[in-house]
Amino acid sequence: MIRKALIGSHAIAMAVKLANVEVISAYPITPQTIIVEKIADMIERGELKAEYIRVESEHSALAVVYGASAGGSRVFTATSSHGLLYMYEMLWWVANSRLPVVMAVVTRSIGPPWNIHTDHQDVLSVRDSGWIIGFAENVQEVLDMTLQAYKISEDRRVLLPSIIALDGFILSHTSEPVVIPEPSEVNEWLPPRKPLPFKVEAGKFFAVGNLGPDDVTMELRWYIWRAMERAKYTINEVSLDYAKRFNTGSPAGLLETYRTTDAKYIAISMGSWSGDIKEAIDILRDEGYNVGLIRLRYIRPFPLEELRDTVSSAKALIVFDRAVSMGHQGILGMEVVSATNSKIPVKNIIAGLGGVDVSHHDFSNIIRGFIEEYESGLSIEWSIPEWYMPWMIKESEER
Amino acid sequence: MSLKYKPIDLEKEALEDLRGFIDKLLSRPSLGSSGLTGTWRLYKPSIKIDKCIKCGICWLYCPDDVIRWVPKEYPSIDYNYCKGCGICSNVCPVKAIDLIIEGE
Repeated sequence: MIRKALIGSHAIAMAVKLANVEVISAYPITPQTIIVEKIADMIERGELKAEYIRVESEHSALAVVYGASAGGSRVFTATSSHGLLYMYEMLWWVANSRLPVVMAVVTRSIGPPWNIHTDHQDVLSVRDSGWIIGFAENVQEVLDMTLQAYKISEDRRVLLPSIIALDGFILSHTSEPVVIPEPSEVNEWLPPRKPLPFKVEAGKFFAVGNLGPDDVTMELRWYIWRAMERAKYTINEVSLDYAKRFNTGSPAGLLETYRTTDAKYIAISMGSWSGDIKEAIDILRDEGYNVGLIRLRYIRPFPLEELRDTVSSAKALIVFDRAVSMGHQGILGMEVVSATNSKIPVKNIIAGLGGVDVSHHDFSNIIRGFIEEYESGLSIEWSIPEWYMPWMIKESEER
Repeated sequence: MSLKYKPIDLEKEALEDLRGFIDKLLSRPSLGSSGLTGTWRLYKPSIKIDKCIKCGICWLYCPDDVIRWVPKEYPSIDYNYCKGCGICSNVCPVKAIDLIIEGE
């Protein structure tokens, strides 16, 4: 075990090396580029014995790793924003074939206008495809979740692909001290991939996903749904085992709770800005507010049981969303409302789209304002999300 | 923690599911897996043995692999699965395969 300063992109590359990935294919896009540059560098230096296949698009990149994974190899790809949208069709091929592909998605907003900074709109657009989707909070978790993703995806109880989402620039380009597990210990923990769910090889004749009766399609979806349910158990088991073995400091489980035990008001979030919200929670606790935070580590599978347990004695929830479903609400907001069966009021804040910076002061002001409003007894319009854009208020005051 | 599952049940369910999934996702080549497609035929190819030069071109071109042929032998057609597309008749270099209206 060593400690090293790594940026998020290099932490991913390090995890790929530790996992002994055999085939990598990717197409560069900001802010994902450094991941695949680093991996190419590792292969060139002979540190990683893998096949790096260059392609002309993201659609082809995922098609290549689809084929390699069907051939029994451990594979990796990475992308962002428009690149993820370009591989959209292949995402469903991978998930519907239940191949344990692992992909890093460095979150970035979708144009127009052109913007390279983070929000969660890109990765949440693939929410329903059958991929396991995890969100990292810091660089250590980026490394840990990537390694865990191989163990989870290749588990025969699961056999589903995994996405590890990390906020563009905030995590991908920022250095943090990272604990790197010993390669020999990782090899012991993560043995070579087994040829599951199937292996395409010479001399064996079969077609994958051939045209068939309609009930075959529905039955296959049902198997994927059940595998996703089992993934909840497997994620808990694998992340706990990892935490015990490697002791890197990352929390285990589908979600992380922060000062929620006696909290009357609970904030809910995903990704790197959860660190700022934790700061805000500390400030508000010092002021005497009973607040806490739930950070979802995985949005698929959704931590339904854990979330319900944690919020059961809360008065109200406030969900911070970095993605929105046009015509309805913030995406995480919708998920939380459906998970709590509307038994607890949920305030939905949409903020930080296009990488707009939201500081811990912003968070403490928003949460404090919400609690005061709620306790004053004024009626709150729960169903309409609030767009947090303080610069617009300033402009209208100047006018 | 998801307490819905006991580990032993989880293993059992996963194994059964995997078998079911693979059984439905993968398909292996087999004779007549779509039924007797020969009943779709409107025109029936008929080989005139006296003209046939045993070249095997009909066997090579048949898109449904229903013509049986080994070198230096006459070909024969499996009418259970021949859909009557007429490609064999079209490619035959000596016009040894006629198309007859089905039922005549």
